[in-house]
Amino acid sequence: MDTQRRKFLKIAGASVLAGIGAPAIIKLSASTALASDHGVAAGAHGAPAGAAHGAAAHVEAVPQGVRLGMVIDMRKIIEQPVLLDNAITACNEAHNIPQIGNRKSEIKWIWKAPFENVFPGESNYHLAKNVEKSDFAVLCNHCDDPPCVRACPTQATFKVKENGIVAMDFHRCIGCRFCMAACPYGARSFNWEDPRPYIKKYNNQFPSRMRGVVEKCNFCGERLALGQEPACVEACKGTGAIVFGDLNDAQSEIRQVLDKEFTIQRNTSLGTKPSVFYIV
Amino acid sequence: MYNKGTIIPGLIIFVLFVTFPIWFNGLKAAPAPKPELPPGGEKKCIESVEYMRANHMQVLNQWRDNVLRDDKRTVVEVEGKKYRKGLQQACMQCHSNKEKFCDNCHTFAAVTPYCWDCHLTPKEAASKEGTR
Repeated sequence: MDTQRRKFLKIAGASVLAGIGAPAIIKLSASTALASDHGVAAGAHGAPAGAAHGAAAHVEAVPQGVRLGMVIDMRKIIEQPVLLDNAITACNEAHNIPQIGNRKSEIKWIWKAPFENVFPGESNYHLAKNVEKSDFAVLCNHCDDPPCVRACPTQATFKVKENGIVAMDFHRCIGCRFCMAACPYGARSFNWEDPRPYIKKYNNQFPSRMRGVVEKCNFCGERLALGQEPACVEACKGTGAIVFGDLNDAQSEIRQVLDKEFTIQRNTSLGTKPSVFYIV
Repeated sequence: MYNKGTIIPGLIIFVLFVTFPIWFNGLKAAPAPKPELPPGGEKKCIESVEYMRANHMQVLNQWRDNVLRDDKRTVVEVEGKKYRKGLQQACMQCHSNKEKFCDNCHTFAAVTPYCWDCHLTPKEAASKEGTR
């Protein structure tokens, strides 16, 4: 009897020790595994711009592949506001965008907004008069880390691996509008009604959309495939008001501009790494 | 059997009534649709007629994924003529009459594909002045 009790107490004690010790051991081995995972995850499209606002402790991986981006030179648009009007018209015509005329239902891919709405984080105290009065060009930022893509439950919006465009597959959109809630830039519009009656001119090379679908700027993926520039860039051709190109290619025109000029991006503190830059 | 005089004519009327769709339509079945051949005179599609008849929906879905998702916008070549992948870019270039080509079979088969909710038929596109 006594020997059996002795044995029981030994086993019970050992089990308790093992029970307490096991989680600690699992935790130790798991943390090393996570650390190595992190190194891999930082790869892919990592933005050169991201390095500037990334935490100093993290080493940003060298960016790979093409990442299309845009520089909007507001000095030129402020000087010639008609450039922006032309760009907006060109976009509307290229993508069969309806002109509904009320703010609730309006569809916008590239549109105008005042400085304080475009850069709510920047101070607009004693802003230069011409900047204060002028309309800024705003469009989808084609973020390197797009929150809309994370929010989409059907993968109707996604990042194109080959060029970094945040694209949409309208076939797949169920109109839940999570992406609209997720986008911090208000770059997405919802078709509250059938857009067709409000389209002034049809472009036969592009579809329209239907009621219940979200849409936004696609950096003219369909035009790029034909070797053309985006419609807004083409509309401002020769002025340099909008420069488009590969942010990861040190020789590209856009990088020459970015290397030379001081640029700002919209709401960088959110960590979305926008691909649209502004010269003010 | 009681009430023979009512039951037998009643049964005959019932059977005739139940089989109404069969004898009403069965003898003169609706003719199979004949979709219009391309008005431009093109004879060859990207695949054989039988393949296209059975699989055009899969081809279109594949093209959609190629173009939108995989960035594989390769050109399809038929008899030296190049077509971009797409309903508006390729199919409608030859089969330019949606009403006489697509709808012909789709109505017969009672299917309502939603292609045209967004894609423009040549007729629709022509209804408003095209930009290019």
